[in-house]
Amino acid sequence: MSWTEVGPLVDIPKKGSRVLVTAEGDVAVFRTSGDQIFALFDQCPHKKGPLSQGIVYDNRVACPLHNWVIDMNSGEATGPDEGCTRTFETKIENGTVFISL
Amino acid sequence: MREKLVLIGNGMAGVRTLEELLKLAPDKYDITVFGEEPYGNYNRIMLSPVLAGEKTIDEIMINDLQWYEDNNIKLLSGKKVTTIDRLNRVVTADDGSTENYDRLLLATGSRPFMLPIPGSDLEGVISFRDIADVDTMLETAKIHKKAVVIGGGLLGLEAANGLMIQGMDVSVVHISDVLMNQQLDKPASDLMLEELRGKGLTFLMEHQTEAIIGRDRVEKLRFKDGSEIDADLVVMAVGIRPNIELASSAGIHCDRGIVVDDTMQTFDPRIYAVGECVQHRSQTFGLVAPLFEQAKVCSNHLAQMGIARYISSVTSTKLKVTGIDLFSAGDFLGDDDTEDLVFKDAARKVYKKLVIKDNQLVGAVLYGDTVDGAWYFQLMRDGTDISDIRENMLFGQHHLGDSGHGPSNSVDGLPDDAEICGCNGVCKGDIVQAISKHGLFTLDEVKAHTKASASCGSCTGLVEQLLASTLGGDFNDTPSKKPMCGCTDLSHAEVRAAIIEKSLKNIPDLMSALEWKTEDGCHSCRPALNYYMLSSWPNEYQDDPQSRFINERVHANIQKDGTYSVVPRIWGGVTNPRELRAIADISEKYNVPTVKITGGQRIDLLGIKKEDLPKMWADLSDAGFVSGHAYGKSLRTVKTCVGSEWCRFGTQDSTGLGIKAEKMTWGSWTPHKFKIAVSGCPRNCAEATIKDFGIVCVDSGYELHVGGNGGIKVRATDFLTKVATEEEALEYCAAFMQLYREEAHYLERTAPWIERVGLKHVTSAVVDDEVNRKRLAERFHESQKNAQVDPWAEHAAKYKDNYIPIKQVV
Repeated sequence: MSWTEVGPLVDIPKKGSRVLVTAEGDVAVFRTSGDQIFALFDQCPHKKGPLSQGIVYDNRVACPLHNWVIDMNSGEATGPDEGCTRTFETKIENGTVFISL
Repeated sequence: MREKLVLIGNGMAGVRTLEELLKLAPDKYDITVFGEEPYGNYNRIMLSPVLAGEKTIDEIMINDLQWYEDNNIKLLSGKKVTTIDRLNRVVTADDGSTENYDRLLLATGSRPFMLPIPGSDLEGVISFRDIADVDTMLETAKIHKKAVVIGGGLLGLEAANGLMIQGMDVSVVHISDVLMNQQLDKPASDLMLEELRGKGLTFLMEHQTEAIIGRDRVEKLRFKDGSEIDADLVVMAVGIRPNIELASSAGIHCDRGIVVDDTMQTFDPRIYAVGECVQHRSQTFGLVAPLFEQAKVCSNHLAQMGIARYISSVTSTKLKVTGIDLFSAGDFLGDDDTEDLVFKDAARKVYKKLVIKDNQLVGAVLYGDTVDGAWYFQLMRDGTDISDIRENMLFGQHHLGDSGHGPSNSVDGLPDDAEICGCNGVCKGDIVQAISKHGLFTLDEVKAHTKASASCGSCTGLVEQLLASTLGGDFNDTPSKKPMCGCTDLSHAEVRAAIIEKSLKNIPDLMSALEWKTEDGCHSCRPALNYYMLSSWPNEYQDDPQSRFINERVHANIQKDGTYSVVPRIWGGVTNPRELRAIADISEKYNVPTVKITGGQRIDLLGIKKEDLPKMWADLSDAGFVSGHAYGKSLRTVKTCVGSEWCRFGTQDSTGLGIKAEKMTWGSWTPHKFKIAVSGCPRNCAEATIKDFGIVCVDSGYELHVGGNGGIKVRATDFLTKVATEEEALEYCAAFMQLYREEAHYLERTAPWIERVGLKHVTSAVVDDEVNRKRLAERFHESQKNAQVDPWAEHAAKYKDNYIPIKQVV
């Protein structure tokens, strides 16, 4: 597995995210209140809303366009909504976030 | 090791408690359920439509056997528990099997009361309670002709209607001269009697049965007056009695029902009880809505969260007989201290009676036109002061000066392809199908599954009607208080009060003090809490950007493609060539694809990339602009007309006053967006009477209006008062805004807020009490000291990094 450096953990706000620009499109990198890192393709399965701009709580993010709630672990929409967005593996080493694209 | 929970009674109340418990604490208990009937849990209320052939047994199953398996619940159906050994905590069933428990839940329900008269044990004399009774009725209808129903209450009439549809000649025997006397008064009963007679039912009113006569099987009935009537089938529907024998034999304190406290706990602290078997504050229950509330409370205590209390509240009833519209709630008879509002149109077969006490609605009977039942019910439960709407309330909610889409007449008549939710394009058929297919009970569930009423909410009334008509009228599941969201059981009002009382000054403290069920809250409660903190502690609270919706976090409006729109503030809508030139230059510099004049007299620059926002703001700042807050739950714009400066009709300087009002109020956060307008004369070109705060200038001064809305539901303002000077107008404006900021629920516009608390409440706080008005205005100005910082300038200078990607990988 090849890891790409994203940046220092502290540069991502708690219960927030930053965008990583890649050749294939934007990837949203989230940091939870417990300092877990998740990464999702930055498009809601519903109407492609930028998930990076949503409100983060527990392991979930609410899409800013129509409030679909996406489980950041699986990328799946929760509740009765159905849809899935791509997820990426991440790790934190010595305070630096890495992603496997 | 997990504790053991045993439920006795596999009916709606008990199983609903389990469902609620599984939501709260899925792994706390090993659960065993004893049920006498050999089925899963079914919706007993829907037996009437089954009897009438409108539904099948499969359609009324709520939890099939698979559900028990999926949730690891041991279901022992067809077994009747005969003893509870409280000392050793063991229950024993009639087949000798035993089960230990740590907690026991009794939901033994009720059984029909059989009149103690000769012949009541003959074959062909039954009650109307379970699937077996319905089977008997259906079988009997095939070979016999004459049915008699004893009891003209809700259940009796539904049974009679069903038997008639199955082809029997049905007579209803009733002891008083009023049908459904638990729910109706005489005029409503008379209308219904006429209509049911028209359908083919026979009624023997004021008849008391003396004996049921027959050799092996029922043959006839004899009444007290000596008259007789032939019968092949007798259905007794004269009432229910709580099943307390089991509890009673175990020494648990019982009166008419099993006595429980506000936590649904019985005399024995390890034993809880819910449903029709209980007696709570000397009341027993026969309708489903209170049972569901009990289930909620009980599950909370079984999960050892310990914060819920059951408070019994008014209930409403509807009759599930197709073609008969009936609604009844609360104290519909009234007494010497109440007043009645009555409407009767015998030709249209419409009767409405509202019972009022101390300016509050305490009871209602509706016959023939029940569209407004849910609304009246809400008014009753909320204890709304109705003095302002008294004149028109009898004619329904859509007669209150609401020219928007108020509840249209009955949804029953609409075709399946009628669009109910215009925002999400959801048709009636979709909603009805989702309700039956997924077993939905509440508005929130319908929202989640179909998206109907999940956006703007203007169709909520219609969706509630569909729920009621699809599920049967008893499902008036409107909770008496609505929790903020799934993270808590507390309502907005309770949370606001707790913030002040317990002096909670940040979100984490609040969540721990009020026992939030989730670690981080959710996208629904966090923005609300952030606002409540901000408005309660304006000088101390540190705003939490992560608890704000994206628009307020980045001070711009997100668009469907992820770009943003930017609206610079243009005071009072008055601009000049220099400002316009600056906006034009900036638009060209950033290739703004669309420039649009807004409804609030501002200029909207659309299609801005997030990373361009700080640069653009810096340029706008340099040109003298501040943020227009078009994105916020905050003061939006003050719209004006040209007024006395130019207009030949203008009476006062409306533009000047508008600019002063905007300079005073900009930057303030409010529960929802807040719009102001100032018109220079009663021609009202600035449309001040559909704004949250509107000023209409007249020759002698300024008329002040509040609570208008031009959006989802058009609502004209209420007239607040008239003042002589600009200073007074501004003081009232500040005071009104502050009252709204301190009291309204998050995301509640001024219009619904005023409808909830009543205009009187606002007038007495802002108009009648000068000291209070001045204090409110003072508090407003105090909080404005910290609020009037231009967020654009601040972000362009300090937080630029928030707007750019963390890294680019190519």
